[in-house]
Amino acid sequence: MLILTRKVNERVIIGDEIEVSIVEIRGDQVKLGIAAPRTVKVFRHEVYVAIQEENRLAADSTPSAPLPSIPRLVPQKNTEPDS
Amino acid sequence: MNMTMQEIEIESKPFGTITVPEQQIINFPLGLYGFEPYHEYALIDSRQPPFYWLQSVTECHIAFVVINPYLIWPDYVLDIPEGDLIRIEQPLSDDLLVFSIVTIPDDEARISCNLQGPLIMNRHRRLGVQSISMDTRWKTKHFIMDAMNTQG
Repeated sequence: MLILTRKVNERVIIGDEIEVSIVEIRGDQVKLGIAAPRTVKVFRHEVYVAIQEENRLAADSTPSAPLPSIPRLVPQKNTEPDS
Repeated sequence: MNMTMQEIEIESKPFGTITVPEQQIINFPLGLYGFEPYHEYALIDSRQPPFYWLQSVTECHIAFVVINPYLIWPDYVLDIPEGDLIRIEQPLSDDLLVFSIVTIPDDEARISCNLQGPLIMNRHRRLGVQSISMDTRWKTKHFIMDAMNTQG
């Protein structure tokens, strides 16, 4: 892993299109500014972890028995069919 | 019967061995978060609409219950990185398939949907990706029963 030391307002360039700047340092918190193309996903690591965990929970929870019925969500006979 | 329609046989968690038309097989080139090695899924009717199953074609025990989130949260907004739409080769449109993964705990009153990590699919190219909502209102657990009660 590349480890760089930076001061406030200094930047790091990743590839041709991604720029990370140190906006503010306060105590143990660092505020980063990230400029990247719209096509690049930038999220907090916790978000990935939360989605991974929820996926695992969902996969483990799927019953092989009938799924619960939610009467108000079950399409009624007279409603329009799905397009 | 259309002779050109290919069917494949898969082992499914809910129904055992079933045959699925090839049109219902969706390729997730990146897999799902936490399930990265598994790329091929069959989208199959659950027999309990409006739920569907997203069943791994290669691993019987990997199966997800999914639902169209707009049925429960009509105000749901798909705010996702453009890169995910490019990945499935489809711009935002009414034609885009959007599903939420459902978590079903023992207490069925606490069934929840993951609105933070929606599944988006291009039904024509049969490509899918699990995206991440950039709108932080949408979390990994939204309770279906709460939404039903709120809507009266």
